[in-house]
Amino acid sequence: MGDLSLAAVLPQIFTGLVLGMIFVLLAIGLSLIFGLMTVVNFSHGALYMLGAYFTVFVLTYTRSFWLALVVAPIIVGTLGLLVERFLIRRLYGRSPDDPLLLTFGLSLVLIETAKLIWGKVGLTLDPPRELAGAVNLGFMAFPAYRLFVIGVTVAVLIGLWAFVTRTNVGLIIRAGSRDPLMVRALGINLNRIWLLVFGIGCGLAGLAGALAGPMRGAYAEMGVTMVIESFVVVVVGGMGSLLGAVVAGIMIGQVVGITTFFAPKLAEIMVFVVMAVVLLIRPSGIFGEAGLAE
Amino acid sequence: MQRGAQLAQDELNGKGGIMGRKVEVLFRDDQLKPAVGAQRTKELIENEKVQFIVGGLAAHVQMAINEQTKKSNVLFISTSQSDEISAKPDTSPITFHEALNPTITSRVIGKWTCDNLGKKWWIIYADYAWGKQNNQVLQDTLKANGGTLLGSTPYPLGSAEFSAHLPKIQAAKPDVLMSVTPGADNIAFLKQVRSFGMDKQMKLAQPLLWIAYLKEGGPELYQDVHGALNWYWELQDSIPTAKKFVEASMKKFNMPPGDYGAYSYSGVMEVARGVELAKSTNAEAVANALRKSPTYDHFKGKQWWRACDNKSFQDLWIMKGRGPGKAKGEWGLADIVAKVSADEKYDRTCAEKGHA
Repeated sequence: MGDLSLAAVLPQIFTGLVLGMIFVLLAIGLSLIFGLMTVVNFSHGALYMLGAYFTVFVLTYTRSFWLALVVAPIIVGTLGLLVERFLIRRLYGRSPDDPLLLTFGLSLVLIETAKLIWGKVGLTLDPPRELAGAVNLGFMAFPAYRLFVIGVTVAVLIGLWAFVTRTNVGLIIRAGSRDPLMVRALGINLNRIWLLVFGIGCGLAGLAGALAGPMRGAYAEMGVTMVIESFVVVVVGGMGSLLGAVVAGIMIGQVVGITTFFAPKLAEIMVFVVMAVVLLIRPSGIFGEAGLAE
Repeated sequence: MQRGAQLAQDELNGKGGIMGRKVEVLFRDDQLKPAVGAQRTKELIENEKVQFIVGGLAAHVQMAINEQTKKSNVLFISTSQSDEISAKPDTSPITFHEALNPTITSRVIGKWTCDNLGKKWWIIYADYAWGKQNNQVLQDTLKANGGTLLGSTPYPLGSAEFSAHLPKIQAAKPDVLMSVTPGADNIAFLKQVRSFGMDKQMKLAQPLLWIAYLKEGGPELYQDVHGALNWYWELQDSIPTAKKFVEASMKKFNMPPGDYGAYSYSGVMEVARGVELAKSTNAEAVANALRKSPTYDHFKGKQWWRACDNKSFQDLWIMKGRGPGKAKGEWGLADIVAKVSADEKYDRTCAEKGHA
C-alpha cells in the first residue's frame, strides 16, 4: 500500500490541493446562491461544463487563453443571469423543490445541447505555452498549470471576500441571506441582488470549468459527478457558508488525494463517508447555521 | 459506425441487392443506454420488421440488444467489445460477434508490450466491466511472459481526474504504464501523464487506440502511445480490398472509414453473404450457412467465424501515435508497428467459454 514517508505523501497533498480548488470554486457559487435565495442550483455541473467549452470556443477564435479565461466565465455568468431572470424568478415563493427540478432539467438540456453542437467525443485544449512545463518543487516535478490554478483560485477568493465584506452590495447580500423580509422593508430591491448573485455563482462555475479544461478536456458529461461532489462540499462546509465552502472544498480535495494513495477503490466512497461523519457530529455542516437548510 | 453500414448498403444495392431484393439499413441511436438499446431493437423488429440487427458500441447495451434479438429469433451481429457476447450463458446460435474483445486485444498488446517495451508494468484501469476484464487479462499475460506488476490501480470511469494517482506511479518507476481509459478519460489521462512529465520516464501503452479520440487529442498527445487497432485506413497501401473500402468512403463521406465503421461494414456484408448462401432470410438458416462456410474477406484480409461461439477471428495491428510534424493529413495519425495475424489462441477456448 505504499510507505508513509513525507516524500510520498507531499505529492498527494499537492495534487489534492488542486482538486480542492476546483471544488471550492464550484461550491462557493452553489453556497452563495443557496445562502441568499435558498435555490439548489442543479445545473451547476452543466455550467461548469459550458465554462470549459466556451474556453475552447474563445480560444479558437482569439488564440488567447488569457482572454478565454476571462470571457468564458462572463458568458456563463450572463447565461446565469438569463436563467434567473426568465426561469427561476417565476418560481420564487414556491416550494424549494421547484427550482431544484427546473435546474436539474436545465442541466439535462444543456448536456444534450453540448453534444449536439460540439459532438460526443469532446474537445481538447492545452494550457498556454507559458504554463506548459513542470516546476520542480524539490520533492516532485509539478505541472506549472496546476500551480496557476491554485493561484487564480486564491486570487478570486480574496476578491470575493473583499466584495462581500467591503462593499455596499456585499453588505446587502449578507443582510439579505440573514433576513430578506427586513431588507425589503428597508426599501432595497432584492430582485436585482438575487439576479447578480445567481450570475456571480454561475460565473464561478464557468471559471472552474475554464480552469479544469486544460487539465481534463471539455466533454458533455464532465459536470455530472462534479456537481454531486460539489454539493457534498457545500453540505460538509455548511449550506450557505462561504468560509465553509472553502474549508470543505480543500478538505474533500485532500480526502480524495490521500485516499487515492492508500486505497484508490475507496476514493469516491470516502467523500461520502466524510460527509456522513461530519453531519453526525454537526448536522448543519462545519460552519453552517442551524435552521438555514430547513 | 453508421457510415460503414451505409457503404455496405450502397455496395450491395449497386450489385443489384441480395437475391434480387434491395437492402435497406435502418439506423437507430441506442444512446449508449441498455434500456434505450433494447427498446429501439424491439421497435425495429416489431414495427419495422427488420430481419437482422448489426451494431452496438457499449458492451452492456449490446447485451440488452442481444436479449431482444434472441427473444424475437432475429440474427444479431455485435460490433461491440465484449467477452460475454460470445460466451455462455449470454450467447446463442444466432448471436455473432464481429468485433475484437478484451481477451484478444489485451493478450495481443500485452505480449507485444512485454517483448518490445518492457516487463515492469503499472496498470491503471476504469473500474467497470470492460476495464476490469482488460486489467485481468493484462495481468495474466504479463505473468505468463515473465514480467513484474508493480501496481494496478482502478479509477472511477468518467472521472477525468488522474492527478492523485500519478505521483505513486511515478515513484514506482515502471517501464510501461498500461492504461485502460476509454472515451474522454483517455484524453484526460494522457494530458495529465504528460503534464507530470511521466511520458519521458516510461513507455505508454493501452489495449486499444480509438481513431476518433486520436484525432481529437491530436498528434502531440498521442505521440508514441501504443495500442491495438482492428483497422486503420493506411492498410490500403498494402491490402487491395482495403483500398477499395477507403476509396468508397472518401467518395461518399470525404473521410476514411474508422475502426467502428469497419466493424459495421463487415457486419452488414456478412448478413448479405449469409442470406445469399442460405437463400433465405431465416435467422437459423443464415447462421448455419455462415458457420458452414465461415471464411470471409471484405476489406482487410481473411476473417473467419469459429463454429462453437460465432466469434470472428481477424488480423489486428499494433499502432503507435505518430507525433507532431509526422501526421499525414487529417487522419494519418499513427504508424503501423506490427501486424498480429488472426489466431484462435488469443481468445479463450470453446470450453473456457462454456461451449461443450
